[in-house]
Amino acid sequence: MNKPRTLIDKLWLSHEIVRRDDGAALLLVDRHYVHEGSFHAFSQMKERRRTVAEVALTFGVTDHYVPTRGRDKGIANPEIAAMVSQLEANAAESHIMLFGLRDPRQGIVHVVGPEQGLTLPGLLIVCGDSHTSTHGAFGAYAFGIGASEVAHVLMTQTLWQKKPKRMRIAVEGASAVGVGAKDIALAIIAKVGADGAQGHAIEFAGGAIRALSMEGRMTLCNMSIEAGGRCGMVAPDETTFAYLKGRPYAPKGQAFDHAVEAWSALASDPDAMFDREVTLDAVTIAPIVTWGTTPDDALPIDGYAPDPAREINPVRAKYLRDALDYMAIAPGKKLTEIAIDRVFIGSCTNSRIEDLRAAAAVLAGRVSTVPGLVSPGSSTVKRQAEEEGLDRIFREAGLEWADSGCSMCVGINGDVVQSGERCASTTNRNFRGRQGPGARTHLMSPAMVAAAAVSGHLADVRPLLSGRKV
Amino acid sequence: MLANLNTDQILPARYLKWPRSKGLGAVLFHDLRVDSDGKERKDFPLNQPLWQDASILLAGRNFGGGSSREAAVYALYDHGFRCVIAPSFGDIFAQNAVKNGLLTAIVSEADVVDMAATVSENPQLPVTVDLERKVVVCGNRTYAFDIDPVSRNQLLNGWDDVDLTDSYKDRIAQFSADYRVRRPWVIPAKS
Repeated sequence: MNKPRTLIDKLWLSHEIVRRDDGAALLLVDRHYVHEGSFHAFSQMKERRRTVAEVALTFGVTDHYVPTRGRDKGIANPEIAAMVSQLEANAAESHIMLFGLRDPRQGIVHVVGPEQGLTLPGLLIVCGDSHTSTHGAFGAYAFGIGASEVAHVLMTQTLWQKKPKRMRIAVEGASAVGVGAKDIALAIIAKVGADGAQGHAIEFAGGAIRALSMEGRMTLCNMSIEAGGRCGMVAPDETTFAYLKGRPYAPKGQAFDHAVEAWSALASDPDAMFDREVTLDAVTIAPIVTWGTTPDDALPIDGYAPDPAREINPVRAKYLRDALDYMAIAPGKKLTEIAIDRVFIGSCTNSRIEDLRAAAAVLAGRVSTVPGLVSPGSSTVKRQAEEEGLDRIFREAGLEWADSGCSMCVGINGDVVQSGERCASTTNRNFRGRQGPGARTHLMSPAMVAAAAVSGHLADVRPLLSGRKV
Repeated sequence: MLANLNTDQILPARYLKWPRSKGLGAVLFHDLRVDSDGKERKDFPLNQPLWQDASILLAGRNFGGGSSREAAVYALYDHGFRCVIAPSFGDIFAQNAVKNGLLTAIVSEADVVDMAATVSENPQLPVTVDLERKVVVCGNRTYAFDIDPVSRNQLLNGWDDVDLTDSYKDRIAQFSADYRVRRPWVIPAKS
C-alpha cells in the first residue's frame, strides 16, 4: 500500500521531471498565462534568441493596463497604450493565443482562465502574477512567478522549484447569511498573519469550504498569497466538475469522463500528514473589514480600531500608530463610524458573477451615497450580468458600470483612488498607495462594499439583507 | 525596523512600465522616500548621505511580500544593494532575488535589531556577508544567517537556470511524452 499523500504531494509528484541533490526539482508546466507585465520575460527570451517552447499551452490576456472606460476610443495615454500593444506584438510574434483588448472573452487572467475551461484540476499553472493562487480552487498547483521564471517557462515549459511545506486550513460548520468566502479568507489571514503561511502550500478543507461555489473557492485561494502562502488549493469535487463541464477549452464527451475519473483521485488521502494544521469554526466568522495597511489588519465589522496606547509590545504599538495615521483613523474608533469617499467592486478577488449578484442584492432599490466603480471580472461576466439586469441595479444606485480589467485594484490603467480618499474595496491588498499614491483602502466582501456604499460609512451588511433574497 | 515592506512599497506599481535599461534604482521605495509634495523625507535612511551608497539593507519581518513583480528586485539591485538581511521574506521575492544575484539572508528579529544598533552607532564599521559560511561579520560580532540551500548553491555557483534545464532536454522530452499519454485531457480542447 502506498504512503498516504496530500493533494499537493500528488500534484508535485505527477509533475516532477528530475530532483537535484539540494532538493530543487524540475517541474513540467501545463498552463502558462502571460499579461502585459510579462514584457521583461519576452525580452529575456529574445536576448537569448529563443522561442516559446509550448505555444499551445501558453495564453495571453490583456488585463493590467486596459482601460475600463471608453475602450472603443482606444487608449489615450501613450505609455499605457504601449504596454497593451507590446503584449499584442509579443503574442503575435510567438504565435500565442491572446485574449486581447477587443476579444469578447477578454478579462482578468484569473477570471478568464477558469471561465474558458483552461484551468483544470491536476494541472501545474503559472503566471507572472502573485494571485495565480486563484486557480488552486480547482485542485491545481498554481502559483505566481517573477519575470526570470516566466522567461524560463516560455523557453522550456518547465520550472525549478523547491517543494513547499503542507498546511491544511480546515473551516468547519456553516457560514451565516451575509458571510462569504471573502470573510472566511480575511478571518484566516487575521488568524495566521500576513506571512503566516510563508513557504507553505495551503489546502483549504472542511464543511464550510465544501459548501462554497467555485467563485467562492477562487476568492479564497486568491487570498492565500495575502497569508504569505505559496499557493492555495481545494480538492476537486462535484462542484468543480459541474463548473467545468461544457467550458470552451475543457475536455469534451468521453475525454471529460476520463478526466473526472483522474481528478477524483486527487483529494488528500484520509491519513495523509500535513506540516501544519489550522482550524476555524465558520459559525464564529462575522463580516470582516480591514482597518490598516496589511491584510491581516482585519476585524469583524462590529469591532473597534486598535488603540496603540493599549499595546504592550512597543514595535507593534509603533506599527499601529503608523497604520492608523496613514489611514486617518482615530485610535479605538468604532469601525462602523468610519466614513468612506468611494467604492470599488472588481479585481481577480471579487468580480465574478456571484460577487456582482451579492453586491446587487444589497444595492437593489437603494442609492449609493458615494461615487463608485463596478468592473466585472471579464467581458463574459459583464454580458451575463447585463442579461440578469445587474448593470441596471448598479447604475440606478449611482455607480459606474465599466469594462473589465485589473482597474482600481492596482491602479496602473489610470483608475486610481485619489490621495487621501478612503475606498471600500473588494480587492486583495490594503497596502499603502496600492490603489493610488496616498489612497486608503478597506478590504471587504462585495456585499459589504455595497453596504458601505448605501450607508456612506463602513457598515454591517446583515441588517440590510433582511427580507431580501440572497 | 519596518515589517511587511511589501513589493508595492519597494517599487510602486506605476513604475512597472519602465524597461530595465532605464534603471529602477532612482524610484526604489519612491513613496516612502518622497512625500506627496514631491519633497524628500529627511528621516528616510536612503535620503541621508551616510546611507545613500549602502549595499546591504537591514529590514523587518516579511520583506518583499505581496506582488510577484521582479522589478522590485531590479530596483534594489540598480540602487546598489547586493544583500537584504531580514527575519523573513516573501516567497516569490526571495526566488526573484536569487535569479538576479541579490542575497536574501534570514536572521532572527533580535539579531536584525542588534545589527541596526551596531551600525547606527558606528556607520563606518565594515560589514561582510559570507555566503560560504553563512555569517554576517559586523565589526567584532558574527551573526549566523539562514538561506535556502538551493538559493545558496545558485548564488555560489552562478548557475544559469536555462542552461541547466537544457542539460536535461532528453529527460524533459521523454517525461512530457509519457505524461501526455497518461493525461490526454491536459492539452486544451479546441473551442
